[in-house]
Amino acid sequence: MATTKRTVEVALSTTGLDSRGRPQRVPLVTDQSGNLVPVTASPALEPELEGDHMLINIGPQHPATHGVLRLVLELDGETVVRCIPHIGYLHCGFEKIGEYRQYNQIIPWTDREDYLNSPGNNVAFALGAERLFGIEITERCKVLRVMAMELSRLISHCVWLGTFCIDIGAFTPFLWIFQQRERVYTMLESWIGARLTTSLTRVGGMAADIPDGWTDDLENFVRTFPKVLAECDAMLTKNAIWVGRTVGLGAMSSAEAVNYGLSGPMLRASGVAYDVRKDFPYLDYETYDFDIAVGQAGDVYDRYLVRLEEMRQSIRILEQALKRLPDGPVNVDDHRVILPPKSKATSDMESMIHHFKQVMEGPRPPVGEAYVAVESPKGEKGYYMVSDGTSKPVRWRIRPPSFVNLAAIPKMVEGHLLSDVIAINASIDIVMGEIDR
Amino acid sequence: MSATFIPIVAGHAEGVDAAAPVTPKNVPHHGGPANPSAQALMEKFGSAVHRVDVVWGETTVIVERARVNEIVRWLHDEPSQQYDFCADVTAVEFRDLELPIEVVWHLRSLPYRRFLRLKALIPKGQPLAVPSVWDIHKSVDWMERECYDMFGITFTGHPDLRRILMWEQYKEGFPLRKDFPLRGRFSRSEQLRQALSQNPEAKYSMQELSIADAFEDLPRDMRQRLSAGEKVGE
Amino acid sequence: MGLSPRPETSRVTVDPQSQESWVTTRLDFLVNWGRANSLWPMPFGTACCAIEFMASAASKFDLARFGMERMSFSPRQADVLICAGRVPFKLAPVIRRIWQQMPQPKWCISMGACASSGGMFDNYAVVQGIDTIIPVDVYVPGCPPRPEGLMYGIMMLQEKVKKERMADTSLRNEMEPDPNSQLYISPRLIDELSEPFGNSINQTRSGL
Repeated sequence: MATTKRTVEVALSTTGLDSRGRPQRVPLVTDQSGNLVPVTASPALEPELEGDHMLINIGPQHPATHGVLRLVLELDGETVVRCIPHIGYLHCGFEKIGEYRQYNQIIPWTDREDYLNSPGNNVAFALGAERLFGIEITERCKVLRVMAMELSRLISHCVWLGTFCIDIGAFTPFLWIFQQRERVYTMLESWIGARLTTSLTRVGGMAADIPDGWTDDLENFVRTFPKVLAECDAMLTKNAIWVGRTVGLGAMSSAEAVNYGLSGPMLRASGVAYDVRKDFPYLDYETYDFDIAVGQAGDVYDRYLVRLEEMRQSIRILEQALKRLPDGPVNVDDHRVILPPKSKATSDMESMIHHFKQVMEGPRPPVGEAYVAVESPKGEKGYYMVSDGTSKPVRWRIRPPSFVNLAAIPKMVEGHLLSDVIAINASIDIVMGEIDR
Repeated sequence: MSATFIPIVAGHAEGVDAAAPVTPKNVPHHGGPANPSAQALMEKFGSAVHRVDVVWGETTVIVERARVNEIVRWLHDEPSQQYDFCADVTAVEFRDLELPIEVVWHLRSLPYRRFLRLKALIPKGQPLAVPSVWDIHKSVDWMERECYDMFGITFTGHPDLRRILMWEQYKEGFPLRKDFPLRGRFSRSEQLRQALSQNPEAKYSMQELSIADAFEDLPRDMRQRLSAGEKVGE
Repeated sequence: MGLSPRPETSRVTVDPQSQESWVTTRLDFLVNWGRANSLWPMPFGTACCAIEFMASAASKFDLARFGMERMSFSPRQADVLICAGRVPFKLAPVIRRIWQQMPQPKWCISMGACASSGGMFDNYAVVQGIDTIIPVDVYVPGCPPRPEGLMYGIMMLQEKVKKERMADTSLRNEMEPDPNSQLYISPRLIDELSEPFGNSINQTRSGL
């Protein structure tokens, strides 16, 4: 029986890599005004072939839409001509319900609004409410809140990395990174008792101080997490498939990105080093030593690199926070907002009155308004609260970063292929709970 | 290529204090240093600027409703202001129903590291309409649609002002208005009946159907309803 | 309220015609054993619970131990609809359509407080329990449930599957909603089920 032998040559260097195996970048050109802009992907439109444009509906129940986003795409062959997003499938009336709750009662809702970043939202809301009450929090509380924010940035980016890998077709990093996420969950659980919906803060302090030995866990985590991150980095960053599926997609120039209101890693990938932590600091972020990761081309690959670098910077901030964690009280000594200890409430008349008034009526801020923005993993997250002197806000507005970022998707996917829509959508890091609220 | 790359850093405008910004401490309730842009606005627009407040360290400028677009454009284009980042558009209705509805713009100037809150008041009884700033800031596209969806405020000049969070045929009104009850106007079974009796096939807008040339393929009753002018879609 | 009167005589009736033979019960055992240990879930993840569902499917908790490693994102190849997260009214026709697309035999797990009862979202936008839209087999409480809680719910569903009998044809009946209102339970019952309860009655006032 005759057999034939075939030799197949596998092209190891794909279009995304240069001869040394390093990722090629999108070439930049200068426009009329002399700014550097990335070359826009040429819309490979065929000159008027037979056939009509096609309508493709993705979602609202689709594994690659990260929730219940719905995209209606007009396709010419495989090229996207127009994209019409539909949102609102997860509209749960957060802002309405906030008008019916006292300030401390709203905190559980902030958990569930951007549910990948619950501790960060708790801190952001507490900061806004404290501005409205005119409260200065204690030093220990500040450092604990920085730890909570950076941990939540880490776990949010972990979910982003895992789901982004699955969308592009890599399953392994998802398993690796979710193991690390479980470690953060375990730490949060020992701190506050919940894994996902933490309700970590109160107006004027925290729900609980960290338990004994918690900083050892965090030190251990801070020491070991970069190794896993380096593994993911080694697996993905120079991977030919990864590079080929991400480079040059959905590029936004820096001027466009600012005009479209992008924030967070989306904006920084486009070359604008705007970070709320640096430019409008809160929680004494200006005293921490960390860098802002900035991309050049504003494409999907740069967003990936920026988020990866942000995770390393978060680890740096956590290291510094661990070193400086001071002793002292966590909650402010203010009877307007902080409940007196139970033993005093049952023995001391004045404390009992404070306790009663806080529980029955709730703390009342003076008439005023405050917009407090923090750097959430998705971008600039703002809480705008208006008080008319009662214990419930007149208006509780959430400025959702991924809502504004997602609004730019019709601009980003135009001219790209259908399969690239998935990668671009995943690179925005959307959370439907925050978008629809 | 990387040698020529310079990222745009906030606070790069000339004359900005070179020291890095710090966390605000002990912010007073009223008063404190106002944003210099407020003074510039008063000089430039005079009577169109009604009032300047500084509340909790944030400067609020209440401006005339009809000239919002003009003012935002000046703030965006003027080299000494450069408010290039529109963070938020929203509205506030107070529990005291005599008070006007406020439409609020939160603007940031990245080159100068400034934050400014613009407000336009709509007294009760007047039509809920303000000029859109979509032609200046593309970021407000969905935020203005959301504001229309939740409050019923029309942004004149917005190219595509449709409901965004609730569906197009939502009959109960504008949820964030104070006269809207927390649990909605209808009973739960009626709400569920209205939601479920939508035809799931009728989820495409006329624009989308015209893309697909799918009009002829629709069931006859849907075609009739569409040609009768019924709004389909969400 | 009150106790119903105790029946005066208790009587056990035996109908020999309805007894099934040894062969069918053994066959039931075999089929149910196979079904219970290879349930393919259709994750209908909307909100926070979907993140805990992802955690259950990931390395530490490993849903594959229950024969569930094959996530079926198409309802046509799925056995269990796991509704993880809150369901607003805008999503109600979608989940109804997905349920109708699933072939028999099919089951439904309502994961979390919001899917089961509306949870903390007692407002104008959220369906007060998906059991007003589709039939539910197992409710998993929690906000969100821990992965262990979801697994307990899955094991309860497996127990339920193992007790099914092929002779009982009513199990496989498709639920037909009323053609006019598209509701399958009476409006009065829906209103009654989704009444505010507990503390939420007192929290309808804004401002104080």
